[in-house]
Amino acid sequence: MLIEVNDMNSKTADKIATTFFYIIASSVLLLLFFIIGYILYKGASVINISFITTPPKFMEAGGGVMPQLFNSFYLLVLSMIITIPLGVGAGIYMAEYAKPGKITDFIRLCIETLASLPSIIIGLFGFLIFVTKLNWGFSLISGALAITILNIPSMTRISEDAIKSVPSGIKEASYALGAAKWETIKKVIIPTAMPQIITGMILAGGRVFGEAAALLYTAGMSTPNLRFNNLNPLYKASPFNVMRPAETLAVYI
Amino acid sequence: MRKRKELPEKIYATTCGYLIIILTLSIVFFIAYKGVAIFNQNGVSISEFLSSSKWAPENAIENGGPKVGALIFYTGSIMVSLFAVILSTPLSVSVAIFMTEISPTLGNKVLRPAIELFVGIPSVVYGWIGLSLLVPFIRANLGGLGFSILSGGIVLTIMIMPTIVSIAVDSLKNQPIDYKEASLSLGATRWQTIRKILLPSAMPGILTGVVLGLARAFGEALAVQMVIGNRVSLPKSILDPAITLTSIITMDMGNTVQGSVWNNALWSMAFVLLLIFFGFILIIREISHYANRGE
Repeated sequence: MLIEVNDMNSKTADKIATTFFYIIASSVLLLLFFIIGYILYKGASVINISFITTPPKFMEAGGGVMPQLFNSFYLLVLSMIITIPLGVGAGIYMAEYAKPGKITDFIRLCIETLASLPSIIIGLFGFLIFVTKLNWGFSLISGALAITILNIPSMTRISEDAIKSVPSGIKEASYALGAAKWETIKKVIIPTAMPQIITGMILAGGRVFGEAAALLYTAGMSTPNLRFNNLNPLYKASPFNVMRPAETLAVYI
Repeated sequence: MRKRKELPEKIYATTCGYLIIILTLSIVFFIAYKGVAIFNQNGVSISEFLSSSKWAPENAIENGGPKVGALIFYTGSIMVSLFAVILSTPLSVSVAIFMTEISPTLGNKVLRPAIELFVGIPSVVYGWIGLSLLVPFIRANLGGLGFSILSGGIVLTIMIMPTIVSIAVDSLKNQPIDYKEASLSLGATRWQTIRKILLPSAMPGILTGVVLGLARAFGEALAVQMVIGNRVSLPKSILDPAITLTSIITMDMGNTVQGSVWNNALWSMAFVLLLIFFGFILIIREISHYANRGE
């Protein structure tokens, strides 16, 4: 009898727990739909072509976000140009060249540390080195380098994992054909690992758009009046000048 | 046979690897260098900086000189991130249990993409939603200004949830299936198995997730800054506005003169933040050492 009663209780408890977990899971989903719905609802009423293509009007309602949007994209391209060779190179080193030992362990610790540092610390470092010490001022290049520091750990880790997950059969076949190490890396390993590396790039790119704290004090909080008809990268108001201050969408919010 | 040494390529890859070390060390070095300036150059004592709650960095010499106690800022940071972790952990672990044990199909098809979407939402968007929805809601229903530790904590709860969920899911999935099956075959219900077998054995992984969540909450700057009110005073209740280490840094760094006491105090706070993060990294490493030793 006693056992049966216990059994009933634990069955009820099991049912209650299951229901509880369903409620929690669905409320998280509801919250997400609510957040996205709210952004779309609030945003959709304002977004139109002119919002995207006109500069904002200072201190008054109306205006658009053209310069900020352009800055975000340009910053993305700039930082990717720096991040990809460095991150993939470090990934190749960790996967193919590094020998197990103290230094490799230390690099791993450094990657872990860099990856978990708050972006504001990276931003302050960028402010100190690029903006003040190197005297580049608030500029796209400072911002791009700060974002690069932010993205290098994840880029390295993803390319290392991608390279390591290439089946060793493919690699050995290449060696057996007489290919040298770098030839194998370039012609066999990297192409095979490409899909994963591209995923890593997209993740890193997404971070550029959302990142604000690291850019506040590196890329700056202003944008000069851009002239989109002037494509000379050395002209001050040219949109392609890497030394000009640039405020991205996320910072503008 | 051509068998050249491929030296340049090797040097390239090695340089990239070592660059990470150089970067990390120089970040630590420069932040530390700027961070200790206030103690060396301005003669502020470390104990005053850490324990005083007087914040008046612009105070003139005749009024007693600048006061730079950082107590208010790091208590603000600690309160708001602890609040977020306490709220977020049960929620996230429940979601993780749902995804792995209750309904793996729904978990994989619906909840996993949903959690990834949460990660993809930029922090300023969270801050803005907090500002335009949560703050007025709290002001209307609970009183106070609305800008409060409560709002900051709730925004952070949502922001750190994906971190804790994904690590808890990995940890729960990595438990040997034998444990679960042994428990179920002894007649234990699913809830009993979860509570008595799975959760204890997955605990190190879950703790790692919680510490990472805490770290993320601690380092978050803009979302919190937008909803916490940024008032430089010790909060008396969770409905009071407060200020955090990160928000004072982002707000004041641009308006202060390089090398002034005020500015140096901000760099010292960045240094404190960095040290706290080293603490988090150490804790996570300890947990994983502990977990690996058990196996």
